[in-house]
Amino acid sequence: MIEINVNGARHEVDAAPDTPLLWVIRENLGLTGTKYGCGIAQCGACTVHLNGRPVRSCVTPLTAAAGAEITTIEGLARDGELHPVQQAWIDHQVPQCGYCQSGQIMSAVALLAENPRPDDAAINAAMNGNICRCGMYGRIRKAIKSVAGVQTFDPAAAAAAGAAVTEVRHG
Amino acid sequence: MGKWTRRGLITAGVVGGGALVVGVAIRPGNRSPKLAPLVTEGDESLIGAWVKIGSDNRVTAIVPHSEMGQGAQTALAQMLADELDARWEDVSFMEAPPEDAYANYLMGRGYLLAGKRIPGPLIGTVDGVFLQVAKVMHLQITGGSLSVRATGQYGMRAAGAAARELLLRAAAAAWSVPVTELSAAAGRIVHAGSGRSASYGEFAAAAGRMTPSDTPVLKSRPEFQIMGTSVPRRDIPAKVDGTAQFGIDASVPGLKVAAITQAPVFGAEVASVDDSAARAMPGVADVVRLKDAVAVVADGFWPARQALAAVKVTWTEPAWEHVDQSQIFAQFDSDMATAVKEGKEKTDVSRGDFDAGLEAAASTVEATYRVPYLAHACMEPMNATVAIDGNACEVWIGTQNPLGTRYSVAAALEMDADNVTVHNHVMGGGFGRRSIDDAAVQAALIAKAVGSPVKLIWSREEDVRHDHYRPAITSRFRAGLDEMGNPIAWENQYVDKHEPAEAPHIPYAVANQKIHYADSPTHIPFGPWRSVDHSQHGFFTESFIDELAHAADQDPYEYRRGLLAEAPRHRKVLETAAEKAGWGTPVEAGRGRGISLQASFGSIVAQVVDVTVVDGAVHVDRVVCAVDPGFAVSPNGLAAQMESGIIYGLTAALYGNIEIDGGAVTQSNFHDYKMVRMSEAPEIAVHIVESDNLPGGAGEPGTPGIGPALTNAIFAATGTRIRQLPVGQYDLTYSVEESVEVI
Repeated sequence: MIEINVNGARHEVDAAPDTPLLWVIRENLGLTGTKYGCGIAQCGACTVHLNGRPVRSCVTPLTAAAGAEITTIEGLARDGELHPVQQAWIDHQVPQCGYCQSGQIMSAVALLAENPRPDDAAINAAMNGNICRCGMYGRIRKAIKSVAGVQTFDPAAAAAAGAAVTEVRHG
Repeated sequence: MGKWTRRGLITAGVVGGGALVVGVAIRPGNRSPKLAPLVTEGDESLIGAWVKIGSDNRVTAIVPHSEMGQGAQTALAQMLADELDARWEDVSFMEAPPEDAYANYLMGRGYLLAGKRIPGPLIGTVDGVFLQVAKVMHLQITGGSLSVRATGQYGMRAAGAAARELLLRAAAAAWSVPVTELSAAAGRIVHAGSGRSASYGEFAAAAGRMTPSDTPVLKSRPEFQIMGTSVPRRDIPAKVDGTAQFGIDASVPGLKVAAITQAPVFGAEVASVDDSAARAMPGVADVVRLKDAVAVVADGFWPARQALAAVKVTWTEPAWEHVDQSQIFAQFDSDMATAVKEGKEKTDVSRGDFDAGLEAAASTVEATYRVPYLAHACMEPMNATVAIDGNACEVWIGTQNPLGTRYSVAAALEMDADNVTVHNHVMGGGFGRRSIDDAAVQAALIAKAVGSPVKLIWSREEDVRHDHYRPAITSRFRAGLDEMGNPIAWENQYVDKHEPAEAPHIPYAVANQKIHYADSPTHIPFGPWRSVDHSQHGFFTESFIDELAHAADQDPYEYRRGLLAEAPRHRKVLETAAEKAGWGTPVEAGRGRGISLQASFGSIVAQVVDVTVVDGAVHVDRVVCAVDPGFAVSPNGLAAQMESGIIYGLTAALYGNIEIDGGAVTQSNFHDYKMVRMSEAPEIAVHIVESDNLPGGAGEPGTPGIGPALTNAIFAATGTRIRQLPVGQYDLTYSVEESVEVI
């Protein structure tokens, strides 16, 4: 039995020590918001926080997670209120299929915790490990900047250029 | 978003299979008594076939398409709710159950009739026939960008309008007033004379007992209130907090997990299996041998996969086990040459006299293009969960084709399809891949073999190596230009024609055209890939027209525009993209600007790409996209689909390359089948140019044009003409001589 701490709750897990944390979270704990995408740390769909830092849980053995504070997508909301990054994802209508978005959000939350006002280069560096096959990178970037309080959208200029529709939150 | 349960059907003892439900309008007769047990619960009343209303005024649209991120379910609900004059806050939706009664015959008609328009008086007859065909083909498919433009336009709107009429009739009867004195708005019915008003919910039960009109009056565009607005998608909140349930998240009591390895060479079969080591490993329940695959069933995916690596499998050796990619392209060349030599070309378009046109030409241009096989690489790998209980079977899966899955699983288990239930989930990407039900059939066979519920999960490696690929194609062009440089003869020969039929056709005015193809079958399984044949032919035709412009020493935008006098919608879209992108303004050294125009699935899209090439490295700086969708039901949803289609096509153009070696696929995961990532994603601006036309598609039309716009931009920047994708295999290191290039 190995003890892990997920979203503030302690769990005794009966699994082989080399089992990737991803499968423990999904199959032993039933927290299915964290996704399997590649199994080799290439796509980021499995991103969770280990002591506040983003890790790819598909290549993180259970033993490496023992004793650490693990946060998954299910642990972001507080008292029924979404994390500001989750709310920004809704405001910017980011997800399409949504499969990668748990990982995208976990990476974005970790980025903003460390760097509250990331520039484009910082966003690229933090988010490049997360593939979105639906290609919503532009919306993800805007959503991150809206949480950071960085004005990225000039409605007057957009209207003048005939920019169709993109809704943007000003924060 | 409720889910239909099989239990309701069995208890009610009603089989919906005989009912003809989908209609260009509502088909004559009231089918709701037959269908209601399939979709309603509590005090809800089904009105017609596509909408149910509770006594609390809650309106549920029953949408016959599945959700893979394209937002179709929200858009379809918008179309129904608007015609119903419901309050949007009261409206939700559920996916139609995988029953014959909800079969999507419009998909069948679109494909079987190749999109031909049917004279109005014949619609009832023809559609009746094709509904039968669609049912036989088990089509309840989400694809072809058809949700809004077919189901929405002909089904959901008519259903909403018909239900509204029934509610008005029910209110008129209850209040003993003429129906003409009543009005409906925002989910309420008002009698102005007496000041009486009541919500729809009060009349839902009475309306559900009435027969809907088969010719409901639809709104005209100025009357739309919900259509044309960017309402938030209803599926999004569950996709930001981890609660959305994809197929891979399904769970049932006693579930085992299976990992699978399939014959690397397509068509090979299992010859021998040594599973002695695997069976001894912890957590392993069974090893199952299928015809062309071996699966390990265990307590979880990790022990299953570990044990699978310990299984020793040998495979049969089909004749094509030494085929490689270069042989396939050589076969295409050979089959194309043979077709010409033997006069066996299959005619696609024959207009004017190509030979005479070429004879009269002042100059000729020739080019040959090639594109590789491509995998879909949905973020959610293929998976299915199956539980078999005696003579009944349940399937949990995310599929674009739930009805087809039901029949395939039934056939594999030799079971009556009535005893197979498919629970459809949101899909972690579809792009055409999830219209094929291989994983569901495998899961069913494995569950049957082990005697317990099984969730089969393909590894990413299996997903990449056992796709149904976007076909590789070779396409050859020859054109004749007159003294002014205008094309007067256009010949295009390519291999293998699939869908849609018009994909290789051009909108440009060229008097003499000869478009033809040769069959050249290979052993590589193929299937629909986002935008289907448009994804290849958009690259071919929009590259070649660009080459003609340069051969004529003309601006590529003006050249195209000059050939669109007879195609005003196309021309307007092209002009919009060029204008918004600042076409004609100077481009710095090392940068280039390219343009493309491709109509597909009822929408016209033009794209302008700005690219920077430094030391051979390509960076896409900006994409300006103009789209004429006819009418945009959800402008933000349409823009999102354009953005998505562009990134999907950009990944394909830059990196996409599935190569065949030894009869099998070389690539295996995201390290060697690369995707565009955040740092490579260009700024994308979408401009919607509405027209009077009916709504066009959204999910696919963004994809075909990005490849040629990109390679045309690379040509402008470097002088290198990319004739074979992906771009990544070209050496683009070069030195720019001009300081400023003006396009």
